[in-house]
Amino acid sequence: MTDTSGTNPQGASDRPARSLGGLYRELDLDARMLGMVGALAIIWIGFQLMSGLTGPTHNILNGTFLTAQNLYNLSQQTVAVAVMATGMVLIIVSRNIDLSIGSILGLTGYTMAMIQAVWIPTTLHLGYDQPYTWIIALLLGIALGAAIGAFQGFLVAYGRIPAFIVTLGGLLVWRGLVFEINQGQTISPLDKNFQLLGGGPLASMGGTGSWILGILACVAIAYTMLASRRKRRIYGFTVRPMWATVTLVVASCAAVLGFVWVMVSYPWPEGLATQYAQDHGIVEPPGGLQIATGIPYPVVVLIGITLLMTYLTTRRRFGRYVFAIGGNPDAAELGGINVRWTITLTFVLMGALAALAGALQAARLQSAVTSLGTQAELDVIAAAVIGGTSFSGGIGTIPGAVLGALVMQSLRSGMLLLRVDSPIQDIVVGIVLVAAIGLDTYVRRRSGR
Amino acid sequence: MTTDDMATGQVTASAPSAPRGVPLVEMDAISVAFGGVHAVEKVTVDLYAGEVVGLVGGNGAGKSTLMRVLSGAHTADSGEIRIEGTAVAITNPRDAKGYGIETIYQTLALAENIDAAGNMFLGRELLTRTGSIDDSAMESATRSVMGRLNPRFKNFKVPVQSLSGGQRQSVAIARAIHFNARILIMDEPTAALGPAETAQVRELVLQLKAEGIGIFLISHDIHDVFDLSDRIAVMATGKLVGIVDRHQVTKDDVLGMIILGKKPGEVTEAEAANVLH
Repeated sequence: MTDTSGTNPQGASDRPARSLGGLYRELDLDARMLGMVGALAIIWIGFQLMSGLTGPTHNILNGTFLTAQNLYNLSQQTVAVAVMATGMVLIIVSRNIDLSIGSILGLTGYTMAMIQAVWIPTTLHLGYDQPYTWIIALLLGIALGAAIGAFQGFLVAYGRIPAFIVTLGGLLVWRGLVFEINQGQTISPLDKNFQLLGGGPLASMGGTGSWILGILACVAIAYTMLASRRKRRIYGFTVRPMWATVTLVVASCAAVLGFVWVMVSYPWPEGLATQYAQDHGIVEPPGGLQIATGIPYPVVVLIGITLLMTYLTTRRRFGRYVFAIGGNPDAAELGGINVRWTITLTFVLMGALAALAGALQAARLQSAVTSLGTQAELDVIAAAVIGGTSFSGGIGTIPGAVLGALVMQSLRSGMLLLRVDSPIQDIVVGIVLVAAIGLDTYVRRRSGR
Repeated sequence: MTTDDMATGQVTASAPSAPRGVPLVEMDAISVAFGGVHAVEKVTVDLYAGEVVGLVGGNGAGKSTLMRVLSGAHTADSGEIRIEGTAVAITNPRDAKGYGIETIYQTLALAENIDAAGNMFLGRELLTRTGSIDDSAMESATRSVMGRLNPRFKNFKVPVQSLSGGQRQSVAIARAIHFNARILIMDEPTAALGPAETAQVRELVLQLKAEGIGIFLISHDIHDVFDLSDRIAVMATGKLVGIVDRHQVTKDDVLGMIILGKKPGEVTEAEAANVLH
């Protein structure tokens, strides 16, 4: 919010005193995102301390939450909900809702499993584990999800049926279809390439790959921030002072590299490492072979989806129109925006993302069951809303929703670590959800928005 | 044809000074009904380049609906719109903008959650070579338009909902004039403004008129209309009462037309006395 005085280059004349507050203002940060990072830090440290207290040694310092292994698992568990939350942001921003995504996830996950476990190998007599199997299954699954989304979006946008009703119907219909066709079987085994989407030590980037990815990310962050700063300067707009830009670049890179460091600190499980050593004729050193696991493939997929969706929402017309529709549907229409088509597209995107999440889930479970994705819609909506998406429309961010998914999953995973019973988990998550939104509404009203 | 003659006849009878030639806009026998209610019934108006036509009438007279037909927000049930003599089909706001028709809506039609530049270019975003939205170019253009329109405007990076009424109005006006409009529809453009800003808008109307833009001005304020318009079209209960040259009538005449729904010559002395006490 420092950037309100456009004709005042770098605020030179009335630069605030070098107080902490002034420095903070010049950084021009998103307060909401900072608040979420803070909340996440509190949750993580809280679970770390409590897991120490309740652990075998009863020592507050021997926590098990902030270990490489747990954070690695947490990152993998967050992926499916986070991927869908990025789509849910656009749905909610344009004043709609999609309750059917859990069922779409189930139906597409089941279909993708059938394609690779039955239809390609048996029905078409092509055999298991063909090199093309995984991509065909994945693309057909995503196409199915997009088609279901298109159908629902069409009913909402052109049929003028409320999204709540259309997708409530979808929730029942698509899940019912899975049960009806599947008759309660578990579909497996899945294609071995497809299973790489599920993560685990064999489906991660490894040490070198992870570091390369991290360094590339840092270069990209530095380039993007400096390029946008340069562009604003060319137009003569106010920009953050150089020290603030550099600080932000360094902080972002530190966060990225810190994440990589945690992921590579998690070594392959002993048994798997021994197996690998035997298969490759390596003599195991004393203490076992140490192989860095690195960033799981599904997390790489999530990073890609987050970047893509952020670009789509902030830099493309489609995203701008979704926000305009959420802010004022009449203004969007009068501005010449094709509102119905845009709404339909948000549902197509949501369906495709639910299908992608279905692939990630099925790959992680190495099978498809009829209950795949049950109640996922609730976690996804909660993640989007905790991440700052407003139910009155027009407000929300993709990175916020991903962070919201991480908060949700941290709560669940932490309580699991503390052996909290499942019903109590639900109670806590429910209370946190309402409290978070209550606090957010209060803060927003206080700040006059 | 006959309705057209009638409209022109009214103009020639009362406005010898009006510019001649092919009108910029002709709305011919336009009708709009909502359910069984005739919001606009066989209304014929025209507008010449460099002319301001004031559109007045009580609540529910149909002025805004008539203008929404021209701006593409509503489709007429019957009637024809001609731009420079050529019949055109305007079925949505994009069509209207394609013909150089820009509108400042009474509601302003701003997306509250988007900043001034985003609103000014809503639906017509500037793009970079890769097809991304070029926010810097849009902000730059917005700054230069605002520099002319409202030099005190500074809040370019905040959502328009946190702007004052006058600033929001500036954004709506900037949007209408930035895209080289030939025809401008202003629906109650000064409703949200203080005296200084109202004076600014009046000045703007005269300046745009001098540039040869045709303006339809809807207003409740009879003084606004009288000071700015060349001709005044009066509507009552969905019908056109008449179009008069503002130099040939008094404010009382126009008030009489609004209230009684009759042209000055048709009003009896008793009716006039009743209206004016």
